[in-house]
Amino acid sequence: MSSNKKYWKSVEELNENSSIVETLRNNEFVEAIPTDEFLSDKESLSSSSTTRRDFLKYVGFSTAAATLAACEGPVHKSIPYVLQPEQIIPGVADYYATTMFDGFDFANLLIKTREGRPIKVENNTIEGAKFSANARVHASVLSLYDNLRLKQTKVAGKDATWQEADLKIKSSLADAKAKGGQIVLLTNTLASPSTEKLIAEFIAKNPTAKHVVYDAVSESAALDAFEAVSGERALVDYDFSKANVIVSVGADFLGDWQGGGFDAAYAKGRVPQAGKMSKHFQFEANMTLSGAAADKRVPMTVAEQKLALVKIYSVITGSAVATGKIANEDAVLKAAQQLRDAGSKGVLVSGIQDKNAQLLVLAINQALTSEAFSTVGTRQVRKGSNEKVAQLIADMNAGTVHTLIMSGVNPVYTLANGDAFVSGLKKVKLSVSFALKEDETALVSSIAIPAPHYLESWNDLMLTKGTYSLVQPTIKPLFSSKQFQEALLDWNGNTQSFYDYIKANAANYISGTTWNKALHDGLFVGAVGATSISSADFGAAANALAQTKAVQGFELVLYTKTGLGDGQQANNPWLQEFPDPITRVSWDNYLTISRADAEELGVENRIVADGGLNGSYVTINAGNKEITAPVIVQPGQAKGTVGLALGYGRKAALKEEMQVGVNAYVLYANFNNVQSVTITKAGGEHEFASVQSQKTLMGRGDIVKETTLQIFNTKEAKVWNPQPVVSLDHKEVEATSVDLWESFDRSIGHHFNLSIDLNSCTGCGACVIACHAENNVPVVGKEEIRRSRDMHWLRIDRYYSSEETFAKDVEKKEGFDGLFGDKGSLGGFGQMESPADNPQVVFQPVMCQHCNHAPCETVCPVAATSHGRQGQNQMAYNRCVGTRYCANNCPYKVRRFNWFLYNNNDEFDFYMNDDLGRMVINPDVNVRSRGVMEKCSMCIQMTQKTILTAKREGREVSVDEFQTACSAACSTGSMVFGDVNNKEDKVSKLVEDKRMYHLLEHVGTKPNVFYHVKVRNT
Amino acid sequence: MKKVGNHNSISRKILFSLAFTLVFSLTLFAQKTAAPAADAAAVSAPAAAGDAVAGKALFNANCAACHKLDAKSTGPALRDVANKYDKAWLYKWINNSSAMVKSGDAKAVKIFEEYNKSVMTSFPQLSTADIDNILAYTSEPKAEPTTPVATVAASGQSADSGISNNVILGALALVLLMLVVMLFFVNNVLTKIAKANGVEVAQKQASLPLWKAFAKNQFLVLVSSIFLLLASGYFAYGWFMQIGVDQDYAPVQPIHFSHRIHAGSNGVDCKYCHSAARVSKNAGIPSLNVCMNCHKNISEVADTTATAEYSKAFYDGEIQKLYDAVGWDKSTQKYTGKTNPVKWVRIHNLPDFAYFNHSQHVTVGGIECQKCHGEVQTYEIQKQFAPLTMGWCVNCHRETNVKVEGNAYYDKIHQELSKKYGKEKLTVSDMGGLECGKCHY
Repeated sequence: MSSNKKYWKSVEELNENSSIVETLRNNEFVEAIPTDEFLSDKESLSSSSTTRRDFLKYVGFSTAAATLAACEGPVHKSIPYVLQPEQIIPGVADYYATTMFDGFDFANLLIKTREGRPIKVENNTIEGAKFSANARVHASVLSLYDNLRLKQTKVAGKDATWQEADLKIKSSLADAKAKGGQIVLLTNTLASPSTEKLIAEFIAKNPTAKHVVYDAVSESAALDAFEAVSGERALVDYDFSKANVIVSVGADFLGDWQGGGFDAAYAKGRVPQAGKMSKHFQFEANMTLSGAAADKRVPMTVAEQKLALVKIYSVITGSAVATGKIANEDAVLKAAQQLRDAGSKGVLVSGIQDKNAQLLVLAINQALTSEAFSTVGTRQVRKGSNEKVAQLIADMNAGTVHTLIMSGVNPVYTLANGDAFVSGLKKVKLSVSFALKEDETALVSSIAIPAPHYLESWNDLMLTKGTYSLVQPTIKPLFSSKQFQEALLDWNGNTQSFYDYIKANAANYISGTTWNKALHDGLFVGAVGATSISSADFGAAANALAQTKAVQGFELVLYTKTGLGDGQQANNPWLQEFPDPITRVSWDNYLTISRADAEELGVENRIVADGGLNGSYVTINAGNKEITAPVIVQPGQAKGTVGLALGYGRKAALKEEMQVGVNAYVLYANFNNVQSVTITKAGGEHEFASVQSQKTLMGRGDIVKETTLQIFNTKEAKVWNPQPVVSLDHKEVEATSVDLWESFDRSIGHHFNLSIDLNSCTGCGACVIACHAENNVPVVGKEEIRRSRDMHWLRIDRYYSSEETFAKDVEKKEGFDGLFGDKGSLGGFGQMESPADNPQVVFQPVMCQHCNHAPCETVCPVAATSHGRQGQNQMAYNRCVGTRYCANNCPYKVRRFNWFLYNNNDEFDFYMNDDLGRMVINPDVNVRSRGVMEKCSMCIQMTQKTILTAKREGREVSVDEFQTACSAACSTGSMVFGDVNNKEDKVSKLVEDKRMYHLLEHVGTKPNVFYHVKVRNT
Repeated sequence: MKKVGNHNSISRKILFSLAFTLVFSLTLFAQKTAAPAADAAAVSAPAAAGDAVAGKALFNANCAACHKLDAKSTGPALRDVANKYDKAWLYKWINNSSAMVKSGDAKAVKIFEEYNKSVMTSFPQLSTADIDNILAYTSEPKAEPTTPVATVAASGQSADSGISNNVILGALALVLLMLVVMLFFVNNVLTKIAKANGVEVAQKQASLPLWKAFAKNQFLVLVSSIFLLLASGYFAYGWFMQIGVDQDYAPVQPIHFSHRIHAGSNGVDCKYCHSAARVSKNAGIPSLNVCMNCHKNISEVADTTATAEYSKAFYDGEIQKLYDAVGWDKSTQKYTGKTNPVKWVRIHNLPDFAYFNHSQHVTVGGIECQKCHGEVQTYEIQKQFAPLTMGWCVNCHRETNVKVEGNAYYDKIHQELSKKYGKEKLTVSDMGGLECGKCHY
C-alpha cells in the first residue's frame, strides 16, 4: 500500500521555488567540492612528503602498534620507604588531633591521614571539644592541595628566596627603627596566646610598631558593646541548650553569626523530650538557616529590627522607651512577653551591627539573668576593630606607615575602600604579605611570602577563654612556605623554632597535664572564671536606637553564604559546587529579593526549557559604587530589603571556573552590613546552576511529615504520623503489610540503619562536604550542574510551603475538586508552585535509602546493583554498563550517572585533574569512570573497617561504633547511624520511636534510612 | 598404513648406551676431583692452646652478631686478636668492657671511641677457658686455599655438566646420522641383491592423494570444519580469558632478591619483613631499614648459598646494591645519608575496583601466605603464583571455612547462622562473603 504522505528533511524543501532544493535533488552537495583547486596545485602535491601509500603504512602501523601495546600490561613500580617512619603503616589511616582557625572559621578536629597525606577532616569528639566542623572546615583539606597556592617567595612580583626577602625586611625594620617610622602588623584575629606573646615581644623590640587586628567580616559592634561593659574585647559564648525561649533579632546563629558553632547546643533543645522543646522566634531580613529553623519567623527590615529590639528591651526591663510603630508589632510583643516569662530560661541574640543594639542585647540578657548567656569562657575568635583599620588606611595614605606586615588578611579584596588601601600601600616603604595564595593583596605588596596551611603548621589557640587548643602539622609543608610566627621569631632575634616556643609557652596554660597529653587530645580545658560585666547606660542606647529611621530605597543586607563564608576558600571546588541550603543555587552569588519587590521592578526568575534557572540582572547603586548582579526571588525576604553574599567575585589566584559571582565587599562601606541602595533592572538574564527547580512540597505530606508540638503532645501518633494504606481485596490495609517480595531474614549479623531527625537538621551542609571527601565524589562544574548532572551522593532538599504552614498546604491539596474552578487542581497546583511570602522551611537530607526491596535492583540487566544482608544496596561499578534503568526506577532520585570522566580530564579542571589535588582522594574508595552509575554506599568502606578492627581484636563491635561520613560530620545529632540488631545502639531506639517514618512508605521499598517527623513549637 | 621395518635396532641400542656411559663417567670424574680438596681443607686447621671447635660454637653463639673474623662489623675484626692484645686484658675486656672504659684504660677507651661509642655486651658467663677456646678459633689462619679450590671445583663441575649435555646431544646426532646412512646403504644392498636374484620389486600404485580424497568426502569436510571451528573457539576463548591475567609474572627486579635464601634457607618469617600484612590492607614491600636489621652484619652470603646459576660474587653484589640504596658504607660501618630508593616492579596488581585486605586474611582468617603466593620459600625469583581472578577469589570464599575459634566477634553470629543453615562449619560465603559490596566499593 502506498501513502501520499510527504516526508521532508528540512523546512527548505517545503519551499517549492528554492534553488537549493533543486540543486540538492541532483547533487550531493550544494556547491561543488573544490577538488580541482587542490589537485591542480602539482607543486604542493609533489612536495608533500606523505604519499597515499605512506599514509596507509602509517595507519597500518599505528593500528598494529596499538593492538600490540594493548596486549602488554603496564609495569607498575612500587617504591617502599628507605626509612619507614614508625607511625606510618601503608594502608592504615592515622588520626591527629588539631584545631583550625583561619580568622573566620574554627573547629576542634581530627585529621585522617593516609601515608602521610591528610585526606579528611573529622570532628574531635573528646570531652571539652566544643566546635564541630562546618561545611567549609570539612572542605579545608582540599584547600591544602590547592594548585594555585603561593609556592615561592616573591619580591616585587619575582621569584626569590626567603633569605632575600628576610634581608630586605630586616633592613626595613632597622631603617624604621632608626627613623622612627611606623611599623604595622596587620593580621586577622589570632586567638593564639603564643603568637600574641611573640607580637608583644616584637613591639617591645621595635617601639614604633603596632598591631592592628582586622576581621574581613566585622563583629566590631558586639565586641565594642561587650568591651564597654566588661573591659574585655571578646564575645559571649551562648549556650542555646539552656534556653527554652530563643529570640533572635537579625542573628543567623546557625550560620556564621559571631563565628557560628552554636548549632549543636541549639539542636539539643529542638528535639521534643517529655513533651517539651524550645521555642525560637526569628526577626530577620534575609532568609537564613536560623530563620528556616525558627518556630516563628517574622521578616522585617533591619531598621524595623532595631525598633523591635527597643520594644523587647522595654518589655523585659519595664523601662518605657518611645518608639515608632512597626509592622508585625504583635509578633514582636508576643515574643517579648514569652521571653520575659521564660526568665532565666530565655535568651536574646542580635546580629545588628550597631553598638547600641548590642548593648541592649547585653541589657536584656542581664535583666533575664539568662542561663544561656554566660560570660564564662568568652569567645576570642573576633577581635577586629573597625576604627583601627580605618585609622591604618588614613595613616598609610598620609605616608606615616614605614613598614606594613600582613598575615592572613586580604584587605585589597575585602575592604570596601580597597582602592584607598592600594593607594596607601604605594606610600608604604615596604609591604609584606604572608598569604596562602597570591591574592589581591599579595599581588600589590612588595614582598609576598607563602604561608603554610593550618594542616602544615604548629600553633596554639585559645578559641574560648580557658580552653587551650593546639594546632599540629599533619603533613610536611608542600611548598617552601614560611610561617608568620617563625618569621617573627627570626626578627625578634630568637633562634628557637616556633614549636619549641609554643611548647615552652604552653606550660602556662596546661597546668595539670603534660604537653603530650594536650597534643594528643588537641586541647586542654583549664579552669576559668566568669568575666564580670557591669552595667552601662542602656537607656541612652535604647533611646538612640529608637531614633532609627527607615532607609531610602532598598536596604541591602550583606551576609555570608554557607558555602564560601568570607571567601578565603573561593578556589575550593567542593564549596563552589555546594548548593546553598536556602536557594539551592551553586557556583554563584546573587541578589535575593522579595516577590513583591521583584514584581515592582519587573525582574523575575524563570525556568527555561532545559530545566535551568534563569534570573534577571539588576544594577545595585550605593552612592558612588555600582555593581550588576542577578536576582533570586527569595520567599521570606523582608519587603524593602535585598540580600547579597560576600566572598564571591574574586579573581586573583583563582581558576577560571571559580571566578564566579560579584564582589559584594565593595558595598561593605564602614563595615556596615546594611547599606542603603537603589536597584534598577538591567538587561540580560543570568544562568544559574540551581539543583532544585521546584520550590514547594506541593502538599505531598508523605515526603516531609510535619506537626506542631501541641498536636504531637495531645494526639495519637497515627494522627500526626499516619501510616500509608493501600487497598488489598477491597480492604484498606497498611502499605507495609503488602509486598511483592519475600523478605530476607536480617535478624542475624549487622543490619545498618540511618536515622535522620528533621527537627535537629539545620541544613548546614557539613554532611554533604564530608560525603564528598570520604567518597571521592567528583566535581562537575557549573554547566553540568545546570543540566541536572550534579554528582552529590547526599543532597539536602529544601521545601517551602505555599501557604503559611505545611499543614495548610496538605489541606489545600486534599481540598482539590475537579480540574477547573476555584478548587480545581489545575490552577491549584499552579498556585502551590509559588511559595508564600513568609513560608515555612524544611530541610531534608536525602541519600540512597538502601531499600530492602529496592526497585533499582530488579531492573538492572547486568545485576550490577544488589543487596547485602547488612542492609546496604551495593553498587559494583565494574559491572555497571550504564543503562540507567536503575536511576529511572528509583523513587528517591538518588542515583547519579557519570556522564563524563571527571578525573584526569582537562574539560573538568577541578581538583581531580592535577597531582596535587588528587592527593585528597580516599584510597579505600574507587574513583568512578565515565558511563557508570554511582550512589551512596552507606559508607560501606567505613562499616567494613569497623567490623575488621573488631575481628582483628577478637571482640564484638562496640555500641555506636559504626559510623558513616555524614553521621560523623553531623554536629547536631540529626543523623544517627548504627546497627539495629544491636539493641544498645542509639539507632535501635530511634527506629522504634513514634516519630519514625520512611520516605514514600506506600511504595513498599522498605528503606533502611528513616526520618523523624518534624515538630514545630508554634 | 605402511609398516616400516627397523633394520638395525641392535646397533642403535649399543650406540646409545655407549653414549650414555660416556657422559656419566665424565660427571663422575668431576665429582671425584672436587672431593679431596674439601678433605684437605678440613685437615689443614692447626692446633692452638684452646679447642678451636668449641671456640667456633661459642663464637657463633656470642660474638658473631657483632664481630666477623676478617671484616669490620659493629665491632672490630677478630682474626688474630690474641696477638694484638694481652690475654689478661682480653679476659677483663670480654667479661666487663664498659667497666674498663669507665676506669679509663687507654686501650679500652681507644677502641670504644673507634667504634662509635657502641658498648660491647659484657659476658661474665664466659670462663677463661671459654675465652681461650674462642681465641683459639680466632687465631686459626685464614683458610686461604680452601675457598678458591672449592669454588674452582664447583665452577669446574658446573662447566663439566654443561659440556656433558652437549656431548650427549652431539653423540645422539651422530648416531642418527649414522643410522640414516646405514639405512640408505642397507636399502641399496638389498635392492642390488634382489635384482641380482631376479626378484621383482613391486612398484607402488598411483592412488588418489589423501587431501583430494578428503575434499571429496563432504561429510568429513563438514565434521572437521565444525570441529575446527569449535576448537578454535575454545582456544580463542581461552586466549581472551587470560588477557589481564598475569599468572607467573616474574619481572626482573632492580635487586635480585631471593626468597629462597631468606624465607627458605634462613627461615625468616614472611611477616617479619611484610609486617604490615598483619594490620593493613597492604602487605607492603619492606622498607630498607628492615633489610638493614640483618644486613648491617650480613654483607656477604655464605659459600653454601651460591648455586650453579648464581655465584657468591653475584649475591654479594646484590647486597652491595642494597647498601648503595640505603646509603650504608660498609668500610666505615656508617650511613652516608645518601639514599636511592629502590624501584621494585610490582608483581601483584589488583585492579582499583577490587578491595583486598591482607589483615582480614592473614590475621583474622589465619590463612598461610603460601595459599595465595605459592611456595615462596623456594622461589629464587618472585612470581605471581595465583591468577588473581575473581573466580579464583570466589572459589576460595565458597570452600573455606571461617576461622571462628577464639574470636569473640564471631561467637554470636556463628551460633545463630549455624542454627539457621543447620551446619557446624560456615564458609565465607555463608557469612555473606560473596556479596558484591564486600570487595567492590
